[in-house]
Amino acid sequence: MHNPRPGLPEFDYVRPASLSEASRFLAEHQGEARPFMGGTDTFVRMRDGFWKEKYIVDVKRLDGMGDITFDPSTGLTIGAAVNMNRVIDSPEVQEHYPLLAEAAKTVASFQLRSRATIVGNICNASPAGDTIGACIVMGGVLKVHGLDGEREVPLTGFFVGPGKTVLKPGDIVTAIRFPVLPQGHAGRYIKLGRNALSDLAIVGVTAFAYPDDTPSGYRFKLALASVAPVPLVPEKAEEILTGKPITDETIAEAAQAAMDACNPIDDVRGSARYRKYMVRNLTRRAVTDVLNRLQ
Amino acid sequence: MSEFVSVNVTINGKEYQALVEARTLLSDFLRHDLGLTGTHVGCEHGVCGACTVLLDGEPVRSCLMFAAQVDGHEITTVEGLGTPEKMHPLQEAFQEAHGLQCGFCTPGFLMSLVPFLEENPNPTDEEIREAISGNLCRCTGYYHIIDAVKLAAKKMAAK
Repeated sequence: MHNPRPGLPEFDYVRPASLSEASRFLAEHQGEARPFMGGTDTFVRMRDGFWKEKYIVDVKRLDGMGDITFDPSTGLTIGAAVNMNRVIDSPEVQEHYPLLAEAAKTVASFQLRSRATIVGNICNASPAGDTIGACIVMGGVLKVHGLDGEREVPLTGFFVGPGKTVLKPGDIVTAIRFPVLPQGHAGRYIKLGRNALSDLAIVGVTAFAYPDDTPSGYRFKLALASVAPVPLVPEKAEEILTGKPITDETIAEAAQAAMDACNPIDDVRGSARYRKYMVRNLTRRAVTDVLNRLQ
Repeated sequence: MSEFVSVNVTINGKEYQALVEARTLLSDFLRHDLGLTGTHVGCEHGVCGACTVLLDGEPVRSCLMFAAQVDGHEITTVEGLGTPEKMHPLQEAFQEAHGLQCGFCTPGFLMSLVPFLEENPNPTDEEIREAISGNLCRCTGYYHIIDAVKLAAKKMAAK
């Protein structure tokens, strides 16, 4: 048959009426159906022929997917369909989780962010995902609807490889939940792109800390983007910053540990060697910025 | 299950009812099915911004949406902005400040900037640069576009 639209392969657009129906459909069509949110990654993958799904499942309008709620005793919940501009503009996010807004602002362009979502960024599981680090260091937990109903999945261990997660057929992430953060916390996301705005990260460093009863006086959390097959947590660097009094030497030692922890590749955006050095420099800078914000 | 999806959508204030193939992009629907060719298609990867339209007032990439997704929503394209006889102040400003040369990227710039100017009636250069960071222009070097936005802000404030 004549194909008047060579851009995208043929598929069916499915809009299930409930989460159970959506989970069932996805499980029954394993490998040929995919849920999507803003579509900012999905479309590109389909157009370039990487994804050849027969069914595209629109789950954005299902219960609670579009809500963003904050409760001072339990924390923040962001529905899977909430776009990044809404997250950035949310007064609760700005007041209680500013790191998330800071990271989201670095994603692509304003127009992309009016479709792109945090949960989509996570499920896409790109090692370069700009908001993933913030979600990891602030203890984000995914709410997942699967064949057996609802469950929670922590981000630790969620990523398996580029584009691969522990999600099973029929699983739909409906929201991400953040706990109430410890008093006095501060965070920083530094993204190195080819230009100041709108490109993917060559390297991204997320740093987060809060006062705690430790030798340094703080508990530190770090996450690195674009330097390994999955978003990377350099645990040794975190331990150094938590376990020793903070001096310039401690920060340098932690930055070196972060550099040693990563295992980047050469690609069109930068060489592995360059990435490793940038991790060291940007970790030092991000940690310093966090310490300044803590005081 | 049919591959065709029924869509009811308001575009530039006019209601449309259509049966579209599921894979029809919003950009293709506007251009091919409705003949609204003011929306341009450049990279079709969400990078260049030429295809930007307003979805319920928000700027989005029409190349990264299916027509099926706009069912029940409102779309504004560059055709809804003004007419050659009665241009939008932003369009006048682009003309007067030479904010375009070949004009391919212009509809996308306009559609990104209309909501931006509504929210920021008096933007700084820095804010304008950030606002247009999602639109690529290969002719102007952007300086004249920034001038045009500042001129438009003045024109709109005077109204």
